[in-house]
Amino acid sequence: MSTASAGKASINAVSAKVLVEATVNGVPEAFACEPRQTLLEVLREQLGLTGTKEGCGNGNCGACCVLLDGRPVNSCLVLAVEAAGRDIVTVEGLATDGLHPLQQAFLEHGALQCGVCTPGFLVASKALLDVNPHPTEQEVRRWLAGNLCRCTGYDKIIRAVLDAASRMAAETRPEAAAGLETAADDGEVRPA
Amino acid sequence: MEAFAYAAPSTVAEAVRLLAAANGSARPLAGGTDLIPQLQEGRRRAGLVVDVKRIPELAELRWDPTSGLSIGAAVPLVDVARSPRVRRHFPALHAACGIIGSVMIQHRASLGGNLCNAAPSADGIPPLMVHDAQAVIAGPGGTRRAAVEAFCTGPGQTCLGPGELLVAIEVPIPPALTSSHYLRFTPRNEMDIAVAGVGAAVTLDPATGACARVRIALGAVAPTPVRAAAAEEYLSGKTLTDDHIEQAARLAVKAARPISDVRGSAEYRRHLVAVLTRRALAAVRARLLAAGAGRPPGQETGQQAHGTEG
Repeated sequence: MSTASAGKASINAVSAKVLVEATVNGVPEAFACEPRQTLLEVLREQLGLTGTKEGCGNGNCGACCVLLDGRPVNSCLVLAVEAAGRDIVTVEGLATDGLHPLQQAFLEHGALQCGVCTPGFLVASKALLDVNPHPTEQEVRRWLAGNLCRCTGYDKIIRAVLDAASRMAAETRPEAAAGLETAADDGEVRPA
Repeated sequence: MEAFAYAAPSTVAEAVRLLAAANGSARPLAGGTDLIPQLQEGRRRAGLVVDVKRIPELAELRWDPTSGLSIGAAVPLVDVARSPRVRRHFPALHAACGIIGSVMIQHRASLGGNLCNAAPSADGIPPLMVHDAQAVIAGPGGTRRAAVEAFCTGPGQTCLGPGELLVAIEVPIPPALTSSHYLRFTPRNEMDIAVAGVGAAVTLDPATGACARVRIALGAVAPTPVRAAAAEEYLSGKTLTDDHIEQAARLAVKAARPISDVRGSAEYRRHLVAVLTRRALAAVRARLLAAGAGRPPGQETGQQAHGTEG
C-alpha cells in the first residue's frame, strides 16, 4: 500500500490499494482504496456515509453531489485518490446544532417525495448559498439544473431553497429579522 | 472501471516523463468529467491515470497586460466564467464556460480538457478559435505552441504526440473595438450537448466602423470545430448591417459538413448554422454599440469606444 499525498509523483501499482487521508465532514479520515474507485463508492461503502446517493453514476443527475474544498462536484466523477489532502462535506455534514436551515426548509415545504435526489439537492443548494446568499428564483433554477428529481417535485424544492436563503439572511442580519426591511417594487427585499 | 495505476505529479516535467514512459497507455486527468465516464464505459482505456491538477502551471489563470490570458489546462470552467477579465475581453468564452454541463460539472471540467477531449460539439473550442487562442504543449522534446484551430484532428483526436501534455491555453488581448459571442442550440435549456454551435468575434476599424477582423467558428457540424472562411472574408471590410450579417450567415453554412445523428439531421444543422451565425453576429454588434463603437464615421464617439479597454 502506498500513500497518496499532494504532489506525489510515484506510480502506485495497478490494483494496489492507496492510503488516502482527507477531511470528511470536519473529521480527519484515512481510507484505503484502489485508484479506480470513485469518491462516491468510498464514501458509501467504506466510510458508511450512505446519505450521498448514486443515481446515474455518470454525472447527469446530481444525486451524488458533495463539496470538495467547498465546491459542488459529482462524487461519481471524482476518483477517491484525488481527494488526498482535500476537504469533503457530504449531506451528513450539513447539520450542526440541529438541522441546517436548508434541511428545515425542505421538511417544511415538503420538498421531497421519494427522497433519493434530496441529499444532492441539499448539498448543491448549500454551495449556491455559500457563494450567492440572495439568489433569484432564476438563479436557483439554473444552479440546480444538474440535479434531477425523478418525482418532478421541483417547485417545492425551489421554494424551499429561496425560503432557506431568506431565513439565513435574517439570522445573519438582525435588522431583517426585526422587520426593518422594505420590499422594493421588484419584490426583492432590500435593507431599509 | 478496469483497474489502472495513478500518479499525481507536481511538475510538468514529471508529468511528461510519466506520460512518455507509459507508451500511449497513460491518460492525463484534469476534471475527469469526460475521462471517468469514458473509462467506466470502456470507451477509453488507461493503464495509468496522471492527475495533473497538482501542477501549478496547469492550475492557474494568469493575466498579463501585454500577452493576455493564460488558462492553465486544468483550471475549472467556473473560474474562467467568473473572471471579470474573461467577461470583458472574451465574451464568447465567458458564455461558453457558463453553459457546459451543470454547475457541478463546471466546478471540475476544464477548458483544457474540453479541448483535449476533442468532441466536435465542444462548446469551449469555437470561442477559443475566434479569439486566436494558442495551445501551449509540453513534451519530451520541450515546449511548443499550436493554434487551437489546428489542435483537433478528428472526433476525439488531437495533435498531441506521445508524451505530450497540454499545459495552458493562451488567449491574446483582442485589439480595441473587438467583441465576441458564442451561441449553441440544444433542445433542452440546460444539461445538453450542442446540436450546433457558433462563435463569432469582430474587430471594427476605428476610422470607418467597418469590420477589420472577423472570426466565425462552427461547432458540431464537422469532424472538428471549423472556421467559416467564406463568411469571414465576405464580412471583412463591410459594416455590420442586417443585410451583411444575413449574407454572412448564409455563407457560414458552406463551412459546415454535418452528419445526421440522434441530435439532429444534417439539413437541420445547416439551418442552425445560419440562424446561430446571424444571432451571434447581431449580439456582437449590439455589444460593440453598447460599448460606444460601431457608429458610422462622423459620429465622434466611434473612435473613443472602450470595447476592450481596461
